[in-house]
Amino acid sequence: MIEIREVYKSFDGNEVLRGVNLSIRKGEVVALIGGSGEGKSVLLKHIAGLMRPDRGRVVVDGKDLEGLKGRALIELRSRLGFLFQGGALFDSLTVFENVAFPLKEKTRLSDDVIRERVLKELENVGLSGAEYKYPSQISGGMVKRAALARALVSEPEIMLFDEPTTGLDPVIGLSILQLIDTLHRRLSFTGVIVTHEIPRVFDIVDRVAMLRSGVVFAEGLPEDFVDSHDPVVREFMEGTTCTTIKGRVGKAAGA
Amino acid sequence: MKFIRKLGAWTLLYTDRMGVMGVFLGKAFFYAVIPPLKMLRVLKQIRFIGFQSMVVILLTGCFSGMVLGFQGFYSLSRFGSDAFLGPMVGLALIKELGPVITALMVTGRAGSAITAEIGIMRISEQIDALELMGLNPYRYLVVPNLVAAVISLPLLSAVFDVVGIYGGYLTGGKLLGVGAGVYFGEMANYVEMADVLEGLYKSLSFGIIIAWVCCYKGFYTSIFTGFGAEGVSKATTQAVVMSSVLVLIWDYFMTSLLFG
Repeated sequence: MIEIREVYKSFDGNEVLRGVNLSIRKGEVVALIGGSGEGKSVLLKHIAGLMRPDRGRVVVDGKDLEGLKGRALIELRSRLGFLFQGGALFDSLTVFENVAFPLKEKTRLSDDVIRERVLKELENVGLSGAEYKYPSQISGGMVKRAALARALVSEPEIMLFDEPTTGLDPVIGLSILQLIDTLHRRLSFTGVIVTHEIPRVFDIVDRVAMLRSGVVFAEGLPEDFVDSHDPVVREFMEGTTCTTIKGRVGKAAGA
Repeated sequence: MKFIRKLGAWTLLYTDRMGVMGVFLGKAFFYAVIPPLKMLRVLKQIRFIGFQSMVVILLTGCFSGMVLGFQGFYSLSRFGSDAFLGPMVGLALIKELGPVITALMVTGRAGSAITAEIGIMRISEQIDALELMGLNPYRYLVVPNLVAAVISLPLLSAVFDVVGIYGGYLTGGKLLGVGAGVYFGEMANYVEMADVLEGLYKSLSFGIIIAWVCCYKGFYTSIFTGFGAEGVSKATTQAVVMSSVLVLIWDYFMTSLLFG
């Protein structure tokens, strides 16, 4: 479904991606992990066609994004959903209007059908009752949920999530991950999740890819990462799961 | 050697940016003439750029006319020509001051807000979200402002002219004694349709300049002026300065080349 071949990208001489290779099969959900500034979000924007590689190819469903322009690009994008880190809701529109926006602008559905679909989608993400609030009037978790509803209302085949839990407390973060999992079971989209939510994200993904120094440093099943003996992967895993480890140590000490 | 290298780099950078700006305007025109036009957004922007600028235009128009009335009367009476106050005020307002001051006022009031709004949409990834929905950001953000400015500027300029002419009569006529018949009669004798058209063409082109520069500066906020609130603030300042300067430069060329 998604093929990334030898992708290079630099900004002002700073090379962020240095030959990334990654394949994502149809219906699969892949977690893209790695330290801050390793280029995870940049790679995600390449898959969405928001950025073009300096070298290399990004092929989505057999179509090379490099040569894709105009109507063909619009067509591909209409099969794609993107959850932005900050939600990217239109702040002059209510939650309802935000979710209805892609349907109103891109389809010829009647107002009644749109209303029904939007309310259903908002119910799915647990936002019933917040339809007529503006993005500035709701919490960060609700913004993410509303953005998720907007991304999913067009029933995309590919969903890209850019740090869906960043800035949220652990309970709401977990609820967002569970929501993604539930929606994936319902819609069977192909997904890429850029996240630091380790190891919790491992419960909802099929595979994990770790970016380091501009390349995919490690790739495999979630279990492979948990059991990895590679010192770099271990360091990253232990660094991100230190809270859990401390918790265990604390419990053991208490016992 | 270092100076030449710097000059070369500067030239390349600004040539590139001018190219980007030119392409931006080209795309805006293209999407403005190729349907669909987002009529609701156009009407909303006409309300914002046009209707909501009325108070500012009424005030500036009135006081500009009143000042012209005073200054004109005292200058003309030195030569015993105070009967020509009406034509002087009329021509100055219709040909020059009306379009230019209206453009500067709209730049300050609406242009800056347009840049800030589009700039915030850029840094908060709302423009990326539009693109990812398969929607064209030019149609939603640029074209409505361009069409609205082209419609609003001539109308506002006309309001400015009318209010200014009455302002001039208020000081020159009511306070300093030029008769209404002389003031308006001489104005009717000397102001021609060509003068009104000159003002109209100018305000039309100023509308394009304001919408072009202000939308462009907002659209490329994170690329040319940096990220975050500082980037938006820089973009807004640059948009107001650049629009104002371009309006005055373009005014000179229009006056000298087309109407000289």
